[in-house]
Amino acid sequence: MAAIELKQVVKTFGEIRAVDGLDLEVPAGICLGLLGPNGAGKSTTMKLLTAQAIADSGSLRVLGYELPERSKEARAEMGVVPQLDNLDIDVTVEDNLRIFSRLYRVKDIDAAVDRALDIARLQDRRKDAVDELSGGMRRRLLVARGLVHSPRLFLLDEPTVGLDPQIRTEVWDLIEELRSGGTTILMSTHYIEEAERLADEVAVMAKGKVIARGTPAELIAEYAGRDTAEVYAPPARRAEVRAAAEEAGLEVRAAGPAIAIVGAERASNGVVPDDAVLRPASLEDVFVLLTGEELE
Amino acid sequence: MSGASTPVPGGARRGRMRRLEPAAIAGVMSREVANFRTFWKSTAFSSTVEPIVYLLAFGLGLGATVVADVDGLEYVQFVGTGMVATAVIFSSVFPAMFGTFVKHRFQNTYDAILAAPVDTEELVTAEMLWIGCRAAVFGCFPLIVTFFFGLQPAWGMLLVPFFCLITSLGFAGFGIAVAGTVAKIDQFNYVTTLVVTPLFLVAGTFFPISGLPEWAQVAAQFNPLHQLVELVRAACFGFEWNDLLRVGFLLVFSFVTWRIAIVQLRKRLID
Ligand SMILES: Nc1ncnc2c1ncn2[C@@H]1O[C@H](COP(=O)(O)OP(=O)(O)OP(=O)(O)O)[C@@H](O)[C@H]1O
Ligand SMILES: [Mg+2]
Repeated sequence: MAAIELKQVVKTFGEIRAVDGLDLEVPAGICLGLLGPNGAGKSTTMKLLTAQAIADSGSLRVLGYELPERSKEARAEMGVVPQLDNLDIDVTVEDNLRIFSRLYRVKDIDAAVDRALDIARLQDRRKDAVDELSGGMRRRLLVARGLVHSPRLFLLDEPTVGLDPQIRTEVWDLIEELRSGGTTILMSTHYIEEAERLADEVAVMAKGKVIARGTPAELIAEYAGRDTAEVYAPPARRAEVRAAAEEAGLEVRAAGPAIAIVGAERASNGVVPDDAVLRPASLEDVFVLLTGEELE
Repeated sequence: MSGASTPVPGGARRGRMRRLEPAAIAGVMSREVANFRTFWKSTAFSSTVEPIVYLLAFGLGLGATVVADVDGLEYVQFVGTGMVATAVIFSSVFPAMFGTFVKHRFQNTYDAILAAPVDTEELVTAEMLWIGCRAAVFGCFPLIVTFFFGLQPAWGMLLVPFFCLITSLGFAGFGIAVAGTVAKIDQFNYVTTLVVTPLFLVAGTFFPISGLPEWAQVAAQFNPLHQLVELVRAACFGFEWNDLLRVGFLLVFSFVTWRIAIVQLRKRLID
């Protein structure tokens, strides 16, 4: 049985259709990356899974429990890392973990706190107040707090948004470890690299729906082909090359100071200029083509 | 579905969890306690010093120069016993209003709690109980201070923490409901001016209700704080049968604000 099964889920806020006919199945034991641009409905989906938002229609099942009726049982077996840090900053590291061990009905609280401190690598800071920690430590604590009860399912909503690269790597290492331990993970992100590095499978979400789903390799093969050719040139020439490539039936996207011709291996002679830089197609190509979003 | 002995990896494993679980309520309260440990000194300081200042100013100042005895009581004892209610309302309604608002809007604390197996009903209940316990303690401070101004100990006084508790639960519920209702924090000003201040002034703390016009006396009967003032004075100077009605009134008050607080906060917390 899948850990998460969403069928035709709709959630509106007034006029806004935040989640709009979402079908999503997450098999037990995998890490699924929910990749989507701002406003795609990722956080709303996460909130639906913890019954912090109630769907207008559709069916939701998490860890075998029907939502929202049995969401309490589902929440008891699932860990959550929110998009926004909500640790108790005046309270010690240890007490933050202790409180959540109680909220999650953990039996052996001391053992759970110890284990979480190991995960966060904060054993030596256990007596310090959270506001004395560095940004990276806080983030590791936030992740570890969601793991005090050894959940079967772990939800992370943009776990590294706005973090500097070093902290991001630390958090990735944590998720990596968890993933190899067999916990089912659903992680939303709008960082391609994050999805590529951590996710067994990626679901691309846009406008409240999943519009593509597969392993990164499958998605690349299906939507972007094998090679991408990047052409660095002044705007006028970029426009020319673009027109020619689109004429030849290829997909082209802007890529900062360049344009990227996707599926370049299928191009007939002359369409891809000689000065183009050829590289393997990437998940980024897929994402931009599918969502029309420029990446930062 | 999954068999009981070998659960399917992604399948359900638990029986239904109950509503209002003590474990959930205790967990939320333990969070409050952990936070309170970081700021209890300032709170305890103001809760002790404030009644002393009031007693000196009103009790001795007014008592010595303007007012003589009230209902056969020395004015300082009249005010001292009435101040219990002041301590209770201030240590319940404001922490409930501001605490709830800040935890919800600025700290996102409730988002974290509700992602755990805790429902809004348990969250509100825990917050009310914690504020109630605190206020029950703080409510005793003015009484203790008044001992130094000649108040005689009485057995009935042992019930004062209980009276404080049932009143402060109601005001905590009221504060949480307000916090769940207002759009912005500055709207608390309306509530303070239109509700809290009048309740505080027309409770019979500083002057007896019996001096007021008839309609105001009737209105005061619906002021929970007035009922508390009467109960505390009865605890100090002797109960009457209608004190049971006062207790009943306060219990109803707490129950009603409890339910309203849950509804209002749930609207805020669950989209
Ligand atoms: N509580 C709410 N009230 C009104 N509109 C909301 C609410 N929550 C979300 N929305 C709207 O729903 C849409 C989806 O928002 P959501 O937060 O789910 O997107 P997201 O994919 O998480 O975006 P981001 O990457 O920016 O976090 C947005 O248009 C958002 O404005
Ligand atoms: Mg989001």
